[in-house]
Amino acid sequence: MSSRALVDTRRAEAQHTSMFVRMLVRAAVMRRGRAASALLAMVVAAAAATAMLNLYVDVQAKLRKEFRNYGANVLVVAHDGAVLPEGTLEKVEAVLGGRGLAVPFGYVVARTSDGQSVVVSGTDFERVRRLDSWWSVSGWPKTSRDALVGTRAAAVVSSQGKPFDLTFHGRTIHLTPAGTLSTGAAEDSRIYISLEGFENWTGERPATVEIAASGTPDEVNATIATLREALPRAEVHPVRQIMEGEARVLGKTRSTLVASASLIILTAALCVLSTLMGWVLDRRRDFAIMKALGASEGLISSFFAAEAGALGAVGAVVGFVIGVGVAAWIGRANFHAPVVPRLNVLPWVLGGSVAVALISAALPMSLLRRVQPAVILRGE
Amino acid sequence: MFLRLVYESFRRQKRRKALAGVAITLGVAVATAMVAIATDVGDKMSRELRSYGANLLVTPQDDTLDLQIGGVDLKPPSDGTYLNEADLPRIRGTFWHHNIAGFSPMLPVNIDVQGRHLTLLGTYFSKKLTFGKEDFVTGVRITHPWWKVQGTWPDDASQDVVIGESLAAKFDLKPGEEIHIGSQAHRISGILSSGGAEDSQIVAPLSIAQQILGKPGAVRRLYVSALTKPEDALARRDPKTMNAELFDRWYCSPYVQSIAYQLQEAIPHSHAEQIRQVAQNEGTVLSRIKGLMLLVTLAALLASALAVSAAMATAIFERRAEVGLMKALGAGNASVAALFFVEGTLLALIGGFVGFAGGAVLAREIGHSIFGSQITIDPVLLPVILALAVMVTFTGSALAIRRAVKFDPVYALRGEG
Repeated sequence: MSSRALVDTRRAEAQHTSMFVRMLVRAAVMRRGRAASALLAMVVAAAAATAMLNLYVDVQAKLRKEFRNYGANVLVVAHDGAVLPEGTLEKVEAVLGGRGLAVPFGYVVARTSDGQSVVVSGTDFERVRRLDSWWSVSGWPKTSRDALVGTRAAAVVSSQGKPFDLTFHGRTIHLTPAGTLSTGAAEDSRIYISLEGFENWTGERPATVEIAASGTPDEVNATIATLREALPRAEVHPVRQIMEGEARVLGKTRSTLVASASLIILTAALCVLSTLMGWVLDRRRDFAIMKALGASEGLISSFFAAEAGALGAVGAVVGFVIGVGVAAWIGRANFHAPVVPRLNVLPWVLGGSVAVALISAALPMSLLRRVQPAVILRGE
Repeated sequence: MFLRLVYESFRRQKRRKALAGVAITLGVAVATAMVAIATDVGDKMSRELRSYGANLLVTPQDDTLDLQIGGVDLKPPSDGTYLNEADLPRIRGTFWHHNIAGFSPMLPVNIDVQGRHLTLLGTYFSKKLTFGKEDFVTGVRITHPWWKVQGTWPDDASQDVVIGESLAAKFDLKPGEEIHIGSQAHRISGILSSGGAEDSQIVAPLSIAQQILGKPGAVRRLYVSALTKPEDALARRDPKTMNAELFDRWYCSPYVQSIAYQLQEAIPHSHAEQIRQVAQNEGTVLSRIKGLMLLVTLAALLASALAVSAAMATAIFERRAEVGLMKALGAGNASVAALFFVEGTLLALIGGFVGFAGGAVLAREIGHSIFGSQITIDPVLLPVILALAVMVTFTGSALAIRRAVKFDPVYALRGEG
C-alpha cells in the first residue's frame, strides 16, 4: 500500500469517526430532557445495585463483629479437671495472631470464714472486660487484693461490701470487694480475682481459656483445628450455642438482604428498560432519516448501540459514586462505622448497566427494522 | 370532552401506557414488599435469635450458692431449696405467655456409674403440659436448639436417657444399649452433642432425676426462652420507683425485665433473672438488623420513586406533538396540565393497586422461603402506598409537564424537539 493511499484511508476513517461522535454528542445535547431522564433511571439503578452489593459484602463482616459480643465461641479446657500446661495462653495467642481474644480462667472452691463453699476464679480483668461485655459490673478490681464479687456470692461473703477472708488448702487470703458482678448465670455465685493474686494464693494455674475467634465459620473451624494441633494436652471445642446461633441469624439476615437487593436491582433495571425503550422508540424519525439517507442497518445499529452503551457507562460511573455514598451512610447510621467502598463491585455494575442499556436499545431496534422509513417519516 | 380525551389516550396508546404502568406497578410492588419486610423483620429475627437459647433463668428464692466449675456441679444434693414442678404450667397464665417460646426445668443429681461420679441432669425433652384448657409442648428441644441427638430423643414418660458424647466415648456406649444407674437399667436412646457441659453428663426425663433424689416435684433451675423487646430507658428503671401509670406501661411491654417480674409472680418463692449474655446481646443485634432493613427500605423507596419519576417523564416527553396539537386548537396550559395529571393519577392508582397486591404476594413468598412463616401486610398501608404512588407520579411528571406545556406548538408539530 502506498503512503498516499494510507493517508487517504486514515482521513476517511477520521472523518467517519468524528461524524459518528458528533452525532452521538448532538443527540445527547439536542434532547437534553429525554437523555437526562434516561440517564436518571440509569444512575438510580446503578446506585441501587452498587449500594446493595457493597452492603451485602460489608454488612456480614459488621454483623459478625456484633456477634462476637456474645463472648467466647471456642473453649480450651484441660483433660479431666487438671490445669492447662504452662505456656498455653501464649500458644493460643500465637495461633490467633491478633484475630481474636483469649482469656484464661482458673477455678477453685474456697471456704469463707463461716465455712461456706464458694467458687473463686482467677482471670485477666482487662481481657474479660472486652470478651464478656454483657457483664454488669459496679467497679472493676485494680490490685491483686481486690475482688469482683457476684451478686449472689456477695450476700454470703460480704453483705455490706466489707473486706473478707477466704481459705483454700489452709492458706488464707484477705480480699476487698471492688464491685459486684451481675450476669444472671453461674458467674453470679462466684468471686473473681486477678490471675496473679489467684496463682500466688492457690498455686493453681488456669484450667480454661475462653476464646472469641473472629472470622467466618470456616475460619473459626480452621482456628480450632490449628489449636488442636498446637495443644495436644488440652481439649479444644467450639461453643455450639454461640456458633450455631450466629450462623442461623446471620444466614437469615443475608437471605433477607439478598431478597431485598435483588428486588431493588430488578425493579431499577426494568424501569431503565422501559425508559430507554421509550427513548429509542421515540427516535424512530432519526432512524428513518438515516436510513433514507442511505445509512446501512449495521451503522444505524452501532449508532444506537453506542448511544445506549455510553448512557449505560456514564450512568454506571455516576451511580457507582452515589451508591458508595449511600452504602457508607447506611453503615455510619446503623453500625457507626462506614462501609468501605469496594472497587471490585465497579466492573459488575458497569457491565450490568451497559448490558441492560444495550438490551433496551436492541428490543425497539428489531421492531423498527421491519418498518419502511417512509411509513415512519409520514408520521404513521 | 375531557373524560373522552383521557379515555381515548388510554385506548390508543396501550403500549406507552403499559410501559409507564409497569414501571409504577413494579415500583409500588417493591416498596410494599420492602415496607412489609422492614416492619416484620424485627419480629422474625427475634424468633431466630431464640436459637441462642434461654434468656431468663428462674431459681429458688433462698437458694444457696451454685458450686459449678466447667459444668460440673459440686453442690451437695441435699443442699438448697427447690422450685415445685407443679407450678410450672402457670407460666402460661402470665400476661406475656404468647411471647414465651418455651421453658425447661433442670434438676442435676449426682450418681455413681461403674465407680465414677457423674451428673445426671433431669429435664423435659418435649413434654406435653396443660394449663387451663390449653395444651402445649415445651422442653430442651425448644429452648436448647443446638443440642443434637444421634439416635432418638427419649420420651418424657419413659425410663430412656441420652448420654453426652464424651461420656459415651469413655464408656464405649452406643444407642440402644443399657446403662445401670443404681439398681435400675435405662435404655440409651441416643448420644447427645451439646458443645457444653452436658457432653459429659447423662440427660434423663425429669421424673428419673426426682426419683434418684427422692424428692418428687423438685426442680433446681428453670430456663425460659422468651421473645423480648430491645431494652430502652424505661426497661432499665426499677419498677418500685415507678408511678402506677408508668408501671402499667412497663408491665405491659415485653421487656426481659418485665417478663422476669411476671415469672416471679407466677412461680411462688422464685427469683427470675435475665441471662445477660443472651438477653443483652439480643437487643443490640436485633436493633442493628432492624436498623439495617429500615435504611435499605428507605433507599429502596427512594430508588423506586426516582425510577417511576424517570419513566413518567419519558412518557410525557414522547407526547409533545400531541401537546402542540392541543395548544394549536386553543387548549390552555391549565387544561393540558390537567389532562396529564389525571392520566398520571389514573396510572398511579391502577399501578398502585396491582403493585400493592403483587408486593403483598412477594412479601409472603419471601417470608415463607426465608423464615418459614408468613409476612402479612397491614391493609391500612394500602391508602398510604396509593397516596405515595400518586405523589411520586405527580412529582415525576411535574417537571416534564411544565416543559411540554411551555414548548412552542409550532416546533412540536413540525416534529422538532
